[in-house]
Amino acid sequence: MVIRIDSLNRKLFRDLWRIKGQALAISAVVACGIALMISSFGTVTVLEESMNAFYDRTRFADVFASLKRAPDSLKEDIERIPGVSVAETRIIAAVNLDLPNMAEPATGQLLSLPERGTPLLNDVVMLSGRYPSAQRPNEVAVTDAFANAHKLSVGDSFKAIINGNKRSLEIVGLGMTAEYIYALGPGSLMPDDRQFGVMWMGRQALAAAFDLDGAFNNVTISLQLGASEEEVIRRLDTLLEPYGGVGAYAREDQLSNFFLNNEITQLRTSGAIFPPVFLLVAAFLLNVVVSRIVATEREQIGLLKAFGYNDLEVGWIYLKLVLILVVAGLAMGMALGSWMGGGMITMYTTYYKFPLLDLGIDPGVLTSAAIVSLIAGLVGGLGAVRQAVKLSPAVAMAPPVPTSYKTGALSRFFSQFTISQPTRMIFRHVTRFPVRASLTTIGVAFSVALMIMSLFFLDSVERVIDVYFFQAERQTLTVSFVEPRPATVEQEIQHLPGVIQTQPTRSVAVRLRNQHLSDRKSIIGIVPGADLNRLLDSDQKTIEPPPGGLALSKHIAQDLDLKLGDMVTVEVLQERRPVEEIKIVRLVEEYLGFQAYMHIDAVNRLMREGPTVTGIHVMVDSHHADDLYATLKDTPGVAGIAQQTATLASFRETMDNTMNVMIGFYVALASLIAFGVAYNAARIALSERSRALASLRVLGFTREEVTYILLGELGILTLVSLPVGCVLGYSMALAMSPMLATDLYNFPFVIENSTYGWSVVVVCISAAFCGLITRRRVFGLDLVTALKTRE
Amino acid sequence: MPDGMQDGTRLTETFRAEGITKVYETGGLRVEALRGVDLTLYEGELVVLLGPSGSGKSTLLNILGGLDLPTAGQLFFKDLELNACSPHDLTIYRRDHVGFVFQFYNLIPSLTARENVALVTEIAEDPMAADEALEMVGLEHRLDHFPSQLSGGEQQRVAIARAIAKRPDVLLCDEPTGALDSKTGVVVLEALDRANLELGTTTALITHNAGIKDMSERVIRFADGQIISVEENPHKKAPEELTW
Ligand SMILES: Nc1ncnc2c1ncn2[C@@H]1O[C@H](COP(=O)(O)OP(=O)(O)OP(=O)(O)O)[C@@H](O)[C@H]1O
Ligand SMILES: [Mg+2]
Repeated sequence: MVIRIDSLNRKLFRDLWRIKGQALAISAVVACGIALMISSFGTVTVLEESMNAFYDRTRFADVFASLKRAPDSLKEDIERIPGVSVAETRIIAAVNLDLPNMAEPATGQLLSLPERGTPLLNDVVMLSGRYPSAQRPNEVAVTDAFANAHKLSVGDSFKAIINGNKRSLEIVGLGMTAEYIYALGPGSLMPDDRQFGVMWMGRQALAAAFDLDGAFNNVTISLQLGASEEEVIRRLDTLLEPYGGVGAYAREDQLSNFFLNNEITQLRTSGAIFPPVFLLVAAFLLNVVVSRIVATEREQIGLLKAFGYNDLEVGWIYLKLVLILVVAGLAMGMALGSWMGGGMITMYTTYYKFPLLDLGIDPGVLTSAAIVSLIAGLVGGLGAVRQAVKLSPAVAMAPPVPTSYKTGALSRFFSQFTISQPTRMIFRHVTRFPVRASLTTIGVAFSVALMIMSLFFLDSVERVIDVYFFQAERQTLTVSFVEPRPATVEQEIQHLPGVIQTQPTRSVAVRLRNQHLSDRKSIIGIVPGADLNRLLDSDQKTIEPPPGGLALSKHIAQDLDLKLGDMVTVEVLQERRPVEEIKIVRLVEEYLGFQAYMHIDAVNRLMREGPTVTGIHVMVDSHHADDLYATLKDTPGVAGIAQQTATLASFRETMDNTMNVMIGFYVALASLIAFGVAYNAARIALSERSRALASLRVLGFTREEVTYILLGELGILTLVSLPVGCVLGYSMALAMSPMLATDLYNFPFVIENSTYGWSVVVVCISAAFCGLITRRRVFGLDLVTALKTRE
Repeated sequence: MPDGMQDGTRLTETFRAEGITKVYETGGLRVEALRGVDLTLYEGELVVLLGPSGSGKSTLLNILGGLDLPTAGQLFFKDLELNACSPHDLTIYRRDHVGFVFQFYNLIPSLTARENVALVTEIAEDPMAADEALEMVGLEHRLDHFPSQLSGGEQQRVAIARAIAKRPDVLLCDEPTGALDSKTGVVVLEALDRANLELGTTTALITHNAGIKDMSERVIRFADGQIISVEENPHKKAPEELTW
């Protein structure tokens, strides 16, 4: 078969081949935008769908409530609440663990399994082994994350202090649960599978150990379709109040689910911010390149029209060029995006403790990617194509006129100094085409800005770490108690070995309400003159506990539509459950975990209790740390020991695993854009000026001197674009910082000097690299051919 | 009287070419642009090269000017063996000794007339002032005009001023009047003639206008990549007497 290619298409392919480098750069930038879009939206979809699938499969509950102790008979009353589909009671208990390979104490959360059958709600997916039997007090199933962290497997044993007695527990099964995908220990902010383990025991065995025969201390509920969650929670709270209920909460407030959704939101936000920036740059490059082609081919276009091709046929040639570049970018982007998405899923698989689905090709995402990239292509290309359509056939006949230049104010200014003619050429060219020069500048500036915007994430996180871990929370560890204790417990802890300094803390579960808006939070009681655990403001000054009233995190205030000086309704969810109106006397800018704060005495007054604490922050002498750990391991009533170093390590690991991978991508792509823009600028300058450059070579200028003229311009534009890019990056990061805030984190707006430095260096390296490539072209200029053609 | 002997004085050789060939090979196609050219040019003479299109005139001129290397043969500029030069040596050779004038002027559009000339004077060893060179071609009133503000003839004269400003040893002109009408062409040729007389520059000029041969000392005819005749012109005319 003979494939006939008409001459116009042949011209199109020749043109494409001629600009292959630039074409590749444009398609690559389009591909980056598309790849980011596909991978981040694809990953979000997979995470959400896998999460929902896992929730469905394990019958994850809708409402959760803890209480002190209620008779099993109360279950029927709970089931009778309108809207309740299934209610399941259970026993949950905190235990101290004694693990052979660990000096520090670890804590565990023991959950009861029903006497018969599998749990109706919050089922445990057994990965190996079996459910522990109901009566055996020495059998447990543990999460496989905890087992892996301690290199334990089915058949192994470890020791736990259960209600004051040290017992050996045998692992009979390894499982996963929707309740602890994000396994946070008491008082800690980051999951740490070494320090905190989730385990299951038979109901009877657990009840016996904690004197809860015929009773329960936790209930979970699934709702009927269309039931009012709020109403069910309200009724449940009323029902559980006499039994020491601490306030039921919905799935959205369930810790693990909250954290997981938080990460998904974050991923979605950054996935929505970056791709448009890339596509904008791609559109910009397309415009520059296609305009340039149309300009150099004016005569050919005029000639084609003179021969009788109509405007549409001529326009179509150039439109096809645009489409080919965009479609090529789209195809590359899809491949790259699937690959990147696959990588991210693999990464999340090791990080999240639930089964993730495979990254499927979501037709919706693909279609929107295609539409978005076509729009970008058309935005960038149409202007240029219009120039071709508008050209009159007469231009083909007009004699070539050298580009006209003028001595502007700038060059008159420069003529005061003795500058060489080549340098003059550079300045004249820049000022002669101010639009093009500024477009190049903006393009390079954009890549600087993109780098700054990506690296800003890291600066922001570092700031959070610095403020949170090194300035605000300076304790070595925090001991939290199962039950509130009299404040005198602080003295007891002070006398333990290795303890240097202590500070009490009191935390109370509350619901903060402003009319119809409400949020389940904690009020933290703080002591004046605190030195270990300090409440800091955004300028890192210690905030002393307000004398009367509440200091509220700005984020919560916004959520609840509250201002400084407003009254907020505080419904305490534990003990005597008082309800009070409290004045907001201070707003606090927090980076991590938003709460409300009061003077510790004020909290105790609110609770109508004497001096009481729920935890003690401790500074430990590292030489005696092991002695302290050994003591704490055997102390009953300790719910958890949160170690700052472990939390920080875990925090960093989380960041390394999730955000930094994304940022790595962004940085790579930003350098690619810098390269693409600079390469395009250099190639266009070269094609435009190859004749002038050849003339200079004929006149006896060396290759280096000629390269100087060409790359001098690129150098100047890059130099100008650096500060512009820094300002642009600053503004983009400033705009993005509030967009990234979630219910868990604030991204403070900080850009370190090193971020500007790196961005500038990377962009300069990109520019220099494409300068080198262009230099090779200048070196290869064929003098004779260049002079044969007329301008 | 042997070649190059006038009034009994032996003239200095500027170029000596022996058996120059140039073969272009592009995509399996073999074009012999020059097939064995022997030629000597003497200091201060003005020669005209004539010949049909494609006969190899430009190819020879480019080789003489150090823009290209011959495929075989020997070429001397004074004592310098051009065919053995490195690209860098050729650049230095062009910079120090050669002035070019092309059909399409090849001025730098972003530089004014004066600056176009200064471009060369800045890198030459013993140049004349840019203004002086422009005065020689009668453009002292157009110093600060950009190429786009000049007529074709004026642009070509700037190109000539640029070529002669460094006081080159040789001036190579490839159809300098090709894009001009005859009246303007005469003005351009006058500028060339003046440079040749006043600076003693060895000048080679390619043209399709046979009338121009009358201003030369020798006429070299080309056909098919070879020199077919060299004739002396004892009655050299001034450019304003020429017609074509
Ligand atoms: N770069 C090249 N590649 C291949 N062939 C070439 C090249 N340059 C010139 N030629 C061939 O060499 C031959 C001589 O070309 P040249 O340009 O020297 O002719 P010319 O005498 O100057 O013609 P004209 O009067 O039309 O300018 C021609 O046949 C031409 O096709
Ligand atoms: Mg020629």
